[in-house]
Amino acid sequence: MDLHATPPTSTSSDSALAAALAADLDTTFERLVVEQQDRLYTIALRMLGDARDAEEAAQDAFVRAYRALAGYGAERTRELRLRGWLTTILLNVCRNRVRRPGPALLAIDRRGPGDEPAASDHLASTDVGGSPHDAALRREAAVRWARLVTALPPLYRAAVVLRHVDGLSYAEMSVALGKPEGTLKAQVHRGIVMLRAAAEPFEDLDTPRAARTNVQEMTA
Amino acid sequence: MTARTAAPAATTEFAAIEAALATLSARAPATLAPATLVAVGLADEYVAMPSPIGDVFVAWNGRGVSMVAGATEAAEFEARFRDDVGRPIRPAAEVAPRLRRALERRLAGDRRAALPLDLRHRTEFERAVWAKALEIPRGEVRPYGWIAAEIGRPKAVRAVGSALGHNPVPLVVPCHRVVRSDGMIGQYSLGGPENKRAILAAEGLDPDGLESLARAGVRFIGSDTTGIYCLPTCHNAKRITDRHRVPFRSAAQSVAAGYRACRECRPQSAAVA
Repeated sequence: MDLHATPPTSTSSDSALAAALAADLDTTFERLVVEQQDRLYTIALRMLGDARDAEEAAQDAFVRAYRALAGYGAERTRELRLRGWLTTILLNVCRNRVRRPGPALLAIDRRGPGDEPAASDHLASTDVGGSPHDAALRREAAVRWARLVTALPPLYRAAVVLRHVDGLSYAEMSVALGKPEGTLKAQVHRGIVMLRAAAEPFEDLDTPRAARTNVQEMTA
Repeated sequence: MTARTAAPAATTEFAAIEAALATLSARAPATLAPATLVAVGLADEYVAMPSPIGDVFVAWNGRGVSMVAGATEAAEFEARFRDDVGRPIRPAAEVAPRLRRALERRLAGDRRAALPLDLRHRTEFERAVWAKALEIPRGEVRPYGWIAAEIGRPKAVRAVGSALGHNPVPLVVPCHRVVRSDGMIGQYSLGGPENKRAILAAEGLDPDGLESLARAGVRFIGSDTTGIYCLPTCHNAKRITDRHRVPFRSAAQSVAAGYRACRECRPQSAAVA
Protein backbone atom coordinates (compact mmCIF):
# COMPACT_ATOMS: atom_id res chain seq x y z
CA MET A 1 0.00 0.00 0.00
CA ASP A 2 2.95 2.30 0.69
CA LEU A 3 3.56 3.40 -2.87
CA HIS A 4 5.14 6.73 -2.06
CA ALA A 5 7.22 5.83 0.95
CA THR A 6 9.51 8.41 2.45
CA PRO A 7 13.04 7.73 1.25
CA PRO A 8 15.11 6.39 4.17
CA THR A 9 17.72 9.14 3.69
CA SER A 10 15.28 12.00 4.23
CA THR A 11 15.55 12.10 8.00
CA SER A 12 19.35 12.03 8.08
CA SER A 13 19.73 14.68 5.35
CA ASP A 14 17.06 16.66 7.23
CA SER A 15 19.19 16.74 10.37
CA ALA A 16 22.36 17.53 8.38
CA LEU A 17 20.55 20.50 6.87
CA ALA A 18 19.26 21.55 10.29
CA ALA A 19 22.82 21.44 11.62
CA ALA A 20 24.04 23.55 8.68
CA LEU A 21 21.22 26.07 9.26
CA ALA A 22 22.14 26.24 12.93
CA ALA A 23 25.76 26.95 12.00
CA ASP A 24 25.06 29.62 9.36
CA LEU A 25 21.50 30.50 8.43
CA ASP A 26 22.26 32.96 5.63
CA THR A 27 24.59 30.75 3.62
CA THR A 28 22.44 27.62 4.12
CA PHE A 29 18.96 29.00 3.62
CA GLU A 30 19.13 28.79 -0.18
CA ARG A 31 19.83 25.07 0.12
CA LEU A 32 16.73 24.66 2.27
CA VAL A 33 14.66 26.49 -0.35
CA VAL A 34 16.08 24.47 -3.24
CA GLU A 35 15.60 21.15 -1.43
CA GLN A 36 12.12 21.85 -0.10
CA GLN A 37 10.52 24.08 -2.73
CA ASP A 38 8.93 21.29 -4.82
CA ARG A 39 7.39 19.74 -1.70
CA LEU A 40 6.00 22.97 -0.33
CA TYR A 41 4.77 24.10 -3.72
CA THR A 42 3.08 20.74 -4.33
CA ILE A 43 1.33 20.74 -0.97
CA ALA A 44 0.21 24.35 -1.46
CA LEU A 45 -0.96 23.63 -5.00
CA ARG A 46 -3.03 20.65 -3.88
CA MET A 47 -4.39 22.50 -0.84
CA LEU A 48 -5.27 25.71 -2.70
CA GLY A 49 -5.84 24.44 -6.24
CA ASP A 50 -4.29 27.47 -7.93
CA ALA A 51 -0.72 27.76 -9.23
CA ARG A 52 -0.24 31.42 -8.43
CA ASP A 53 -1.75 31.15 -4.95
CA ALA A 54 0.45 28.12 -4.35
CA GLU A 55 3.62 29.96 -5.34
CA GLU A 56 2.75 32.87 -3.06
CA ALA A 57 1.91 30.55 -0.17
CA ALA A 58 5.15 28.60 -0.59
CA GLN A 59 7.17 31.82 -0.67
CA ASP A 60 5.31 33.14 2.35
CA ALA A 61 6.05 29.92 4.24
CA PHE A 62 9.77 30.15 3.43
CA VAL A 63 9.88 33.78 4.55
CA ARG A 64 8.19 32.85 7.84
CA ALA A 65 10.59 29.95 8.27
CA TYR A 66 13.57 32.25 7.68
CA ARG A 67 12.34 34.77 10.24
CA ALA A 68 11.69 32.04 12.78
CA LEU A 69 15.14 30.51 12.21
CA ALA A 70 16.76 33.93 12.56
CA GLY A 71 15.23 34.12 16.04
CA TYR A 72 16.04 30.55 17.12
CA GLY A 73 19.22 29.61 18.93
CA ALA A 74 21.56 27.09 17.30
CA GLU A 75 20.39 24.37 19.68
CA ARG A 76 16.73 24.78 18.78
CA THR A 77 17.47 24.90 15.03
CA ARG A 78 19.57 21.74 15.20
CA GLU A 79 16.72 19.88 16.88
CA LEU A 80 14.16 20.83 14.23
CA ARG A 81 12.55 18.14 12.13
CA LEU A 82 12.60 20.37 9.10
CA ARG A 83 10.17 18.62 6.77
CA GLY A 84 7.42 18.44 9.37
CA TRP A 85 8.18 21.92 10.71
CA LEU A 86 8.05 23.54 7.25
CA THR A 87 4.86 21.66 6.50
CA THR A 88 3.23 23.06 9.65
CA ILE A 89 4.18 26.59 8.60
CA LEU A 90 2.90 26.07 5.06
CA LEU A 91 -0.43 24.61 6.20
CA ASN A 92 -0.90 27.59 8.51
CA VAL A 93 -0.21 29.94 5.60
CA CYS A 94 -2.71 28.05 3.41
CA ARG A 95 -5.29 28.09 6.20
CA ASN A 96 -4.91 31.80 6.90
CA ARG A 97 -4.87 32.79 3.29
CA VAL A 98 -7.58 35.29 2.66
CA ARG A 99 -7.80 37.67 -0.26
CA ARG A 100 -5.34 40.34 0.69
CA PRO A 101 -6.15 43.99 0.04
CA GLY A 102 -2.87 44.59 -1.78
CA PRO A 103 0.75 43.53 -1.89
CA ALA A 104 3.25 44.85 0.66
CA LEU A 105 5.46 47.70 -0.54
CA LEU A 106 8.41 45.45 -1.25
CA ALA A 107 6.44 42.40 -2.35
CA ILE A 108 8.16 40.69 -5.22
CA ASP A 109 5.73 40.37 -8.09
CA ARG A 110 6.79 37.35 -10.03
CA ARG A 111 4.51 37.27 -13.03
CA GLY A 112 2.29 39.57 -14.94
CA PRO A 113 -1.42 38.78 -15.17
CA GLY A 114 -2.53 36.45 -17.90
CA ASP A 115 0.52 34.21 -18.06
CA GLU A 116 -0.30 31.87 -15.21
CA PRO A 117 0.45 28.29 -16.02
CA ALA A 118 -2.35 25.78 -15.61
CA ALA A 119 -1.94 23.65 -12.51
CA SER A 120 -1.07 20.70 -14.72
CA ASP A 121 1.90 22.50 -16.33
CA HIS A 122 4.06 21.85 -13.34
CA LEU A 123 3.22 18.19 -12.91
CA ALA A 124 6.50 16.49 -12.25
CA SER A 125 5.68 12.83 -12.52
CA THR A 126 3.26 12.57 -15.44
CA ASP A 127 5.98 12.66 -18.06
CA VAL A 128 7.17 9.08 -17.70
CA GLY A 129 7.43 7.95 -21.30
CA GLY A 130 4.90 6.10 -23.43
CA SER A 131 3.09 7.51 -26.44
CA PRO A 132 2.01 11.14 -26.55
CA HIS A 133 -1.54 9.80 -26.29
CA ASP A 134 -0.71 7.95 -23.06
CA ALA A 135 0.98 11.04 -21.70
CA ALA A 136 -2.07 13.13 -22.54
CA LEU A 137 -4.33 10.63 -20.82
CA ARG A 138 -2.14 10.56 -17.73
CA ARG A 139 -2.10 14.34 -17.63
CA GLU A 140 -5.86 14.45 -17.96
CA ALA A 141 -6.26 11.92 -15.17
CA ALA A 142 -3.86 13.85 -12.96
CA VAL A 143 -5.76 17.10 -13.50
CA ARG A 144 -8.97 15.34 -12.57
CA TRP A 145 -7.50 13.79 -9.43
CA ALA A 146 -6.04 17.14 -8.48
CA ARG A 147 -9.50 18.70 -8.70
CA LEU A 148 -11.02 15.93 -6.60
CA VAL A 149 -8.34 16.38 -3.95
CA THR A 150 -8.87 20.14 -3.83
CA ALA A 151 -12.61 19.53 -3.38
CA LEU A 152 -12.08 17.44 -0.21
CA PRO A 153 -12.89 19.12 3.12
CA PRO A 154 -9.66 20.76 4.41
CA LEU A 155 -9.10 18.29 7.24
CA TYR A 156 -9.08 15.26 4.93
CA ARG A 157 -7.41 17.15 2.11
CA ALA A 158 -4.40 17.94 4.29
CA ALA A 159 -4.16 14.35 5.52
CA VAL A 160 -4.44 12.83 2.03
CA VAL A 161 -2.03 15.34 0.44
CA LEU A 162 0.64 14.93 3.11
CA ARG A 163 0.43 11.15 3.14
CA HIS A 164 -0.05 10.25 -0.50
CA VAL A 165 0.99 13.24 -2.62
CA ASP A 166 3.91 14.41 -0.50
CA GLY A 167 4.72 11.01 0.96
CA LEU A 168 5.28 12.02 4.58
CA SER A 169 5.40 9.19 7.09
CA TYR A 170 2.69 9.13 9.75
CA ALA A 171 5.35 10.05 12.30
CA GLU A 172 6.26 13.18 10.29
CA MET A 173 2.58 13.97 9.74
CA SER A 174 2.03 13.74 13.45
CA VAL A 175 4.73 16.41 13.91
CA ALA A 176 3.33 18.57 11.12
CA LEU A 177 -0.31 18.41 12.16
CA GLY A 178 0.10 17.93 15.90
CA LYS A 179 -2.23 14.95 16.00
CA PRO A 180 -1.77 11.30 17.00
CA GLU A 181 -0.87 8.91 14.19
CA GLY A 182 -4.04 6.91 14.74
CA THR A 183 -6.23 9.96 14.15
CA LEU A 184 -4.29 10.79 11.00
CA LYS A 185 -4.57 7.26 9.65
CA ALA A 186 -8.33 7.47 10.11
CA GLN A 187 -8.43 10.86 8.35
CA VAL A 188 -6.36 9.62 5.42
CA HIS A 189 -8.58 6.58 5.09
CA ARG A 190 -11.72 8.68 5.24
CA GLY A 191 -10.24 11.03 2.63
CA ILE A 192 -9.53 8.16 0.26
CA VAL A 193 -13.06 6.84 0.72
CA MET A 194 -14.40 10.30 -0.12
CA LEU A 195 -12.17 10.49 -3.18
CA ARG A 196 -13.43 7.14 -4.36
CA ALA A 197 -17.02 8.28 -3.97
CA ALA A 198 -16.30 11.54 -5.77
CA ALA A 199 -14.48 9.73 -8.59
CA GLU A 200 -17.55 7.57 -9.30
CA PRO A 201 -18.92 9.61 -12.21
CA PHE A 202 -15.71 9.09 -14.20
CA GLU A 203 -15.74 6.06 -16.45
CA ASP A 204 -12.01 5.62 -16.92
CA LEU A 205 -10.88 5.05 -13.35
CA ASP A 206 -7.85 2.80 -13.39
CA THR A 207 -9.81 0.26 -11.43
CA PRO A 208 -11.90 -2.63 -12.75
CA ARG A 209 -15.52 -1.62 -12.89
CA ALA A 210 -16.72 -4.81 -11.22
CA ALA A 211 -14.44 -4.35 -8.26
CA ARG A 212 -15.75 -0.86 -7.68
CA THR A 213 -19.38 -1.97 -7.82
CA ASN A 214 -18.52 -4.72 -5.45
CA VAL A 215 -16.99 -2.31 -2.95
CA GLN A 216 -19.98 0.00 -3.18
CA GLU A 217 -22.30 -2.80 -2.26
CA MET A 218 -20.17 -3.79 0.64
CA THR A 219 -19.82 -0.30 2.05
CA ALA A 220 -23.33 0.92 1.32
CA MET B 1 -15.68 1.24 6.24
CA THR B 2 -12.26 -0.04 7.16
CA ALA B 3 -9.96 -1.76 4.72
CA ARG B 4 -10.68 -5.03 6.54
CA THR B 5 -14.40 -5.12 5.80
CA ALA B 6 -13.91 -3.96 2.19
CA ALA B 7 -10.99 -6.26 1.34
CA PRO B 8 -9.81 -7.44 -1.05
CA ALA B 9 -11.47 -5.42 -3.83
CA ALA B 10 -11.30 -2.15 -1.90
CA THR B 11 -7.63 -2.71 -1.17
CA THR B 12 -6.93 -2.89 -4.89
CA GLU B 13 -9.02 0.16 -5.52
CA PHE B 14 -7.46 2.16 -2.70
CA ALA B 15 -4.05 1.22 -4.03
CA ALA B 16 -5.06 2.56 -7.45
CA ILE B 17 -6.25 5.83 -5.92
CA GLU B 18 -3.05 6.13 -3.90
CA ALA B 19 -1.01 5.48 -7.03
CA ALA B 20 -2.92 8.25 -8.80
CA LEU B 21 -2.31 10.61 -5.88
CA ALA B 22 1.40 9.85 -5.98
CA THR B 23 1.53 11.31 -9.51
CA LEU B 24 0.33 14.68 -8.25
CA SER B 25 3.69 16.05 -7.14
CA ALA B 26 4.54 19.23 -8.98
CA ARG B 27 7.73 21.15 -9.63
CA ALA B 28 8.01 24.59 -8.12
CA PRO B 29 8.03 27.36 -10.75
CA ALA B 30 11.53 28.62 -11.55
CA THR B 31 10.60 31.99 -10.07
CA LEU B 32 9.92 30.67 -6.55
CA ALA B 33 13.46 30.26 -5.19
CA PRO B 34 14.89 33.57 -6.54
CA ALA B 35 11.83 35.52 -5.35
CA THR B 36 12.05 33.86 -1.93
CA LEU B 37 15.73 34.79 -1.53
CA VAL B 38 14.94 38.40 -2.45
CA ALA B 39 12.01 38.44 -0.01
CA VAL B 40 14.18 37.38 2.94
CA GLY B 41 17.02 39.71 1.94
CA LEU B 42 19.58 37.16 0.73
CA ALA B 43 19.49 38.49 -2.84
CA ASP B 44 18.53 41.79 -4.43
CA GLU B 45 16.84 43.16 -7.52
CA TYR B 46 17.48 46.46 -9.24
CA VAL B 47 16.03 48.81 -11.78
CA ALA B 48 17.02 52.12 -13.42
CA MET B 49 15.01 55.11 -12.21
CA PRO B 50 15.00 58.80 -13.17
CA SER B 51 16.51 61.30 -10.71
CA PRO B 52 17.49 65.00 -10.74
CA ILE B 53 20.92 63.96 -12.09
CA GLY B 54 19.68 61.50 -14.70
CA ASP B 55 19.03 57.78 -14.39
CA VAL B 56 20.31 55.96 -11.32
CA PHE B 57 20.25 52.26 -10.44
CA VAL B 58 18.23 51.35 -7.37
CA ALA B 59 18.61 47.95 -5.68
CA TRP B 60 16.33 46.48 -3.01
CA ASN B 61 15.25 43.29 -1.29
CA GLY B 62 12.40 42.36 1.04
CA ARG B 63 14.01 44.31 3.89
CA GLY B 64 14.38 47.58 2.05
CA VAL B 65 16.33 49.65 -0.47
CA SER B 66 19.96 48.52 -0.37
CA MET B 67 21.84 50.63 -2.92
CA VAL B 68 21.53 53.67 -5.18
CA ALA B 69 24.30 54.35 -7.69
CA GLY B 70 24.86 56.27 -10.90
CA ALA B 71 23.63 54.40 -13.93
CA THR B 72 26.57 53.62 -16.15
CA GLU B 73 26.65 50.03 -17.28
CA ALA B 74 24.33 47.46 -15.69
CA ALA B 75 27.20 44.96 -15.50
CA GLU B 76 29.37 47.52 -13.72
CA PHE B 77 26.64 48.24 -11.19
CA GLU B 78 26.08 44.53 -10.57
CA ALA B 79 29.80 43.96 -10.04
CA ARG B 80 30.00 46.89 -7.63
CA PHE B 81 26.97 45.64 -5.72
CA ARG B 82 28.42 42.15 -5.33
CA ASP B 83 31.74 43.61 -4.17
CA ASP B 84 30.21 46.05 -1.69
CA VAL B 85 27.29 44.02 -0.39
CA GLY B 86 28.28 40.44 -1.17
CA ARG B 87 24.84 39.29 -2.28
CA PRO B 88 23.60 38.09 -5.68
CA ILE B 89 21.72 40.70 -7.70
CA ARG B 90 19.60 40.57 -10.84
CA PRO B 91 17.51 43.03 -12.84
CA ALA B 92 13.92 43.19 -11.59
CA ALA B 93 11.38 41.69 -13.98
CA GLU B 94 8.99 44.38 -12.84
CA VAL B 95 8.57 46.90 -10.05
CA ALA B 96 5.40 46.85 -7.98
CA PRO B 97 3.55 50.16 -8.63
CA ARG B 98 3.60 51.20 -4.95
CA LEU B 99 7.35 50.66 -4.71
CA ARG B 100 7.90 52.58 -7.95
CA ARG B 101 5.86 55.54 -6.70
CA ALA B 102 7.69 55.60 -3.34
CA LEU B 103 11.06 55.42 -5.09
CA GLU B 104 10.17 58.19 -7.51
CA ARG B 105 9.15 60.46 -4.65
CA ARG B 106 12.23 59.71 -2.59
CA LEU B 107 14.60 60.17 -5.53
CA ALA B 108 12.92 63.53 -6.15
CA GLY B 109 13.78 64.51 -2.57
CA ASP B 110 10.42 63.90 -0.88
CA ARG B 111 11.44 62.26 2.39
CA ARG B 112 7.82 61.80 3.52
CA ALA B 113 7.30 58.84 1.17
CA ALA B 114 7.73 55.79 3.41
CA LEU B 115 10.46 53.50 2.13
CA PRO B 116 12.23 50.89 4.24
CA LEU B 117 16.03 50.80 3.95
CA ASP B 118 18.25 47.75 4.26
CA LEU B 119 21.29 49.01 6.15
CA ARG B 120 22.46 45.72 7.63
CA HIS B 121 26.18 45.33 8.27
CA ARG B 122 26.61 49.08 8.63
CA THR B 123 27.87 50.59 11.85
CA GLU B 124 25.67 52.09 14.52
CA PHE B 125 27.45 55.42 13.94
CA GLU B 126 26.82 55.37 10.17
CA ARG B 127 23.15 54.60 10.70
CA ALA B 128 22.86 57.46 13.21
CA VAL B 129 24.45 59.86 10.68
CA TRP B 130 22.15 58.74 7.87
CA ALA B 131 19.05 58.89 10.09
CA LYS B 132 19.98 62.45 11.03
CA ALA B 133 20.52 63.42 7.37
CA LEU B 134 16.99 62.17 6.73
CA GLU B 135 15.69 64.85 9.10
CA ILE B 136 16.94 67.67 6.88
CA PRO B 137 13.99 69.04 4.89
CA ARG B 138 14.06 69.37 1.10
CA GLY B 139 15.52 72.72 0.03
CA GLU B 140 17.66 73.07 3.18
CA VAL B 141 21.24 72.17 4.07
CA ARG B 142 23.15 71.56 7.33
CA PRO B 143 26.90 71.50 7.96
CA TYR B 144 28.75 68.28 8.85
CA GLY B 145 29.35 69.67 12.33
CA TRP B 146 25.60 70.05 12.84
CA ILE B 147 25.09 66.29 12.24
CA ALA B 148 27.99 65.47 14.57
CA ALA B 149 26.57 67.64 17.38
CA GLU B 150 23.01 66.38 16.83
CA ILE B 151 24.00 62.72 17.18
CA GLY B 152 25.96 63.51 20.33
CA ARG B 153 29.43 63.15 18.78
CA PRO B 154 30.43 66.81 18.35
CA LYS B 155 34.10 65.97 17.74
CA ALA B 156 33.40 63.36 15.07
CA VAL B 157 32.98 65.84 12.20
CA ARG B 158 35.41 64.02 9.90
CA ALA B 159 33.81 60.67 10.67
CA VAL B 160 30.44 62.20 9.78
CA GLY B 161 31.87 63.28 6.42
CA SER B 162 33.22 59.80 5.87
CA ALA B 163 29.90 58.12 6.82
CA LEU B 164 28.06 60.39 4.39
CA GLY B 165 30.61 59.54 1.71
CA HIS B 166 29.78 55.86 2.28
CA ASN B 167 26.02 56.37 2.15
CA PRO B 168 24.86 53.34 0.11
CA VAL B 169 21.56 55.00 -0.77
CA PRO B 170 22.31 58.59 -1.89
CA LEU B 171 19.24 60.66 -2.86
CA VAL B 172 17.06 58.29 -0.82
CA VAL B 173 19.06 59.33 2.25
CA PRO B 174 19.79 62.97 1.32
CA CYS B 175 23.49 63.22 2.12
CA HIS B 176 23.60 65.96 -0.54
CA ARG B 177 21.91 68.21 2.05
CA VAL B 178 24.99 68.14 4.25
CA VAL B 179 27.61 70.76 3.39
CA ARG B 180 31.03 71.79 4.63
CA SER B 181 31.17 73.45 8.03
CA ASP B 182 32.41 76.67 6.38
CA GLY B 183 29.21 76.75 4.34
CA MET B 184 30.76 75.67 1.02
CA ILE B 185 28.86 72.92 -0.85
CA GLY B 186 31.66 70.35 -0.67
CA GLN B 187 32.19 66.84 -2.00
CA TYR B 188 29.59 64.34 -3.11
CA SER B 189 29.87 60.58 -3.52
CA LEU B 190 27.31 60.23 -6.30
CA GLY B 191 29.26 61.62 -9.23
CA GLY B 192 31.05 64.55 -7.60
CA PRO B 193 30.30 68.13 -6.46
CA GLU B 194 28.61 69.20 -9.71
CA ASN B 195 25.89 66.62 -9.08
CA LYS B 196 25.48 67.86 -5.53
CA ARG B 197 24.91 71.40 -6.80
CA ALA B 198 22.47 70.12 -9.44
CA ILE B 199 20.42 68.19 -6.88
CA LEU B 200 20.32 71.12 -4.45
CA ALA B 201 19.29 73.43 -7.31
CA ALA B 202 16.53 70.95 -8.25
CA GLU B 203 15.34 71.18 -4.64
CA GLY B 204 15.01 74.95 -4.92
CA LEU B 205 18.32 76.10 -3.41
CA ASP B 206 20.78 78.51 -5.02
CA PRO B 207 24.21 76.87 -4.50
CA ASP B 208 26.11 79.90 -5.81
CA GLY B 209 24.19 82.25 -3.53
CA LEU B 210 24.90 79.95 -0.58
CA GLU B 211 28.60 79.89 -1.31
CA SER B 212 28.88 83.65 -1.72
CA LEU B 213 27.15 84.02 1.68
CA ALA B 214 29.68 81.53 3.09
CA ARG B 215 32.60 83.40 1.53
CA ALA B 216 31.30 86.58 3.15
CA GLY B 217 31.59 84.74 6.48
CA VAL B 218 27.83 84.65 7.13
CA ARG B 219 26.82 81.43 8.96
CA PHE B 220 23.56 82.45 10.56
CA ILE B 221 20.65 84.75 9.81
CA GLY B 222 18.60 86.43 12.53
CA SER B 223 15.29 88.24 12.43
CA ASP B 224 15.19 91.52 14.33
CA THR B 225 11.41 91.19 14.69
CA THR B 226 11.41 87.77 16.38
CA GLY B 227 14.88 87.85 17.94
CA ILE B 228 15.50 84.31 16.61
CA TYR B 229 18.56 83.19 14.62
CA CYS B 230 18.63 80.35 12.08
CA LEU B 231 20.85 78.50 9.67
CA PRO B 232 20.64 80.39 6.33
CA THR B 233 18.58 77.74 4.50
CA CYS B 234 16.09 77.11 7.34
CA HIS B 235 12.57 77.73 6.05
CA ASN B 236 12.08 80.18 8.92
CA ALA B 237 15.16 82.17 7.79
CA LYS B 238 13.87 82.28 4.21
CA ARG B 239 10.71 84.01 5.40
CA ILE B 240 12.61 86.92 6.95
CA THR B 241 12.23 89.99 4.73
CA ASP B 242 15.44 91.74 3.63
CA ARG B 243 14.80 94.71 5.88
CA HIS B 244 14.74 92.50 9.00
CA ARG B 245 17.55 90.06 8.09
CA VAL B 246 20.54 90.27 10.43
CA PRO B 247 23.65 88.31 9.36
CA PHE B 248 25.83 86.66 12.03
CA ARG B 249 29.32 85.18 11.71
CA SER B 250 28.93 82.88 14.74
CA ALA B 251 26.36 81.54 17.15
CA ALA B 252 28.16 83.35 19.98
CA GLN B 253 27.70 86.64 18.12
CA SER B 254 23.94 85.94 17.75
CA VAL B 255 23.58 85.09 21.42
CA ALA B 256 25.58 88.17 22.44
CA ALA B 257 23.17 90.23 20.36
CA GLY B 258 20.29 88.81 22.40
CA TYR B 259 18.99 86.31 19.83
CA ARG B 260 17.81 82.80 20.67
CA ALA B 261 18.25 79.71 18.49
CA CYS B 262 15.48 78.56 16.14
CA ARG B 263 13.87 75.40 17.52
CA GLU B 264 13.53 73.84 14.08
CA CYS B 265 16.99 74.18 12.50
CA ARG B 266 18.78 74.23 15.87
CA PRO B 267 21.66 76.46 14.64
CA GLN B 268 23.54 76.09 17.93
CA SER B 269 24.38 72.52 16.77
CA ALA B 270 26.43 74.11 13.97
CA ALA B 271 28.25 76.43 16.40
CA VAL B 272 31.37 74.24 16.48
CA ALA B 273 33.10 74.92 13.19
